[in-house]
Amino acid sequence: MIEIKNIEKSFGESKILKGISTVFETGKTNLIIGQSGSGKTVLLKSLLGIHRPEVGTIEFDGRVYGSLDDEETRELRTEIGMVFQGSALFDSMTVAENVAFPLKMFTKDNKAKIKERVDFVLNRVALNDAHNKLPSEISGGMQKRVAIARAIVNKPKYLFCDEPNSGLDPNTATLIDNLIQEITQEYDITTVINTHDMNSVMEIGDNILFLKNGVKAWQGNKEEIFITDNEAVVDFVYSSNLFRKVREAYLKG
Amino acid sequence: MRNLIFKEIDDLIIDSLGIVAFISFFVGGVVAIQTALNLTNPLIPKYLIGFATRQSVILEFAPTFISVIMAGKMGSFITSSIGTMRVTEQIDALEVMGVNSVNYLVFPKIIALLLYPFVIGISMFLGILGGWMAGVYGGFTSSVEFIDGAQRDFIPFHIAYAFIKTFIFAMLLATIPSFHGYYMKGGALEVGKASTVAFVWTSVCIILFNYILTQLLLGS
Repeated sequence: MIEIKNIEKSFGESKILKGISTVFETGKTNLIIGQSGSGKTVLLKSLLGIHRPEVGTIEFDGRVYGSLDDEETRELRTEIGMVFQGSALFDSMTVAENVAFPLKMFTKDNKAKIKERVDFVLNRVALNDAHNKLPSEISGGMQKRVAIARAIVNKPKYLFCDEPNSGLDPNTATLIDNLIQEITQEYDITTVINTHDMNSVMEIGDNILFLKNGVKAWQGNKEEIFITDNEAVVDFVYSSNLFRKVREAYLKG
Repeated sequence: MRNLIFKEIDDLIIDSLGIVAFISFFVGGVVAIQTALNLTNPLIPKYLIGFATRQSVILEFAPTFISVIMAGKMGSFITSSIGTMRVTEQIDALEVMGVNSVNYLVFPKIIALLLYPFVIGISMFLGILGGWMAGVYGGFTSSVEFIDGAQRDFIPFHIAYAFIKTFIFAMLLATIPSFHGYYMKGGALEVGKASTVAFVWTSVCIILFNYILTQLLLGS
């Protein structure tokens, strides 16, 4: 569980996060949604420790990020897996080397054990025959799956995903969403996804945090988002005709 | 880390040998020809061609001008490779995993460039060889005269001076482009701009340090 208490973050004169408090629960896919510039990425990067909030605390199962010593911080970071928007695979490494990277850096496992684990996670994301390919030789959807495999290879307790299905076709986007949800439940981890994709919201939103201008404007789940009368959420989520009609149909039963 | 260092040695040192050998051999030849063409007075001995070639190549051409060329070749490679990692969030990925990204990316380059003096040693040898071939086969001097000149009034400290400079330039070549790549912001266009800026600053620093070191080591 990740608990955020009243965090504030500014860049120069501009205050991006204005006192956000929330809880991201274990075993659930927690989504952060909101318009561009609403503070989603800054919130995610604050959770990852890339940005340091000026006010407030972030607790990972009771451990307050920022007040841990170096060893504890290093240990916490090994419990975090991250899927970046552009996958952020290392260009010079093969798929298998990318996935093996966290194990080589942070475990004392021998080569055979690392290979076994790499084979297992690549099999889990349905990439059995891509071991020796370079990231430039595989599609965007496969790159995302490699990024997920790399993020989960070291058995993280917390998985963060920054727009994991941006730039993907609807089929692949759904496959990635489902994969993240399955992994979250299977390994009982705390997953936080930053997304613009309303399909993801409707499909896998166990806990949805809606940000507007740096403040928490609404929080609920994928069922509650259909019936909410929060104007900001309705304007954002149901801005397209398709989703408006879906909502109307849902409300009519 | 060992694999990373070997990879950097391959990318930075081994991959530079071809261009360094090519430039050194032909510039050494040109130095010999230019010297020969300027020795119009019959009283000036021909061995000066070998002498001038050796001095030019060892003191300045190999350590300084090859380093300026390498600021373009190695420097732009370092800046663009680290800069691309920054743009594509690969450095963020390292940080999130808890990897010290500066150490991971820059340290192997510094270690690899400890072998840079070998590149300059090869440049010195090939520069003088090029001068000998151009002088002898171009009909400007005899082999005996050239070799006599190349050995005449040899001061061993000049070699030490050249390699001290080379070591300092190697550290500049590893660190300045890394800094510009690591701290760049923006997209693909900015990677190109950062590479250009890194080349300019590395070259400026090499030339400035060349002056300072020459004053310190040879000027007193």
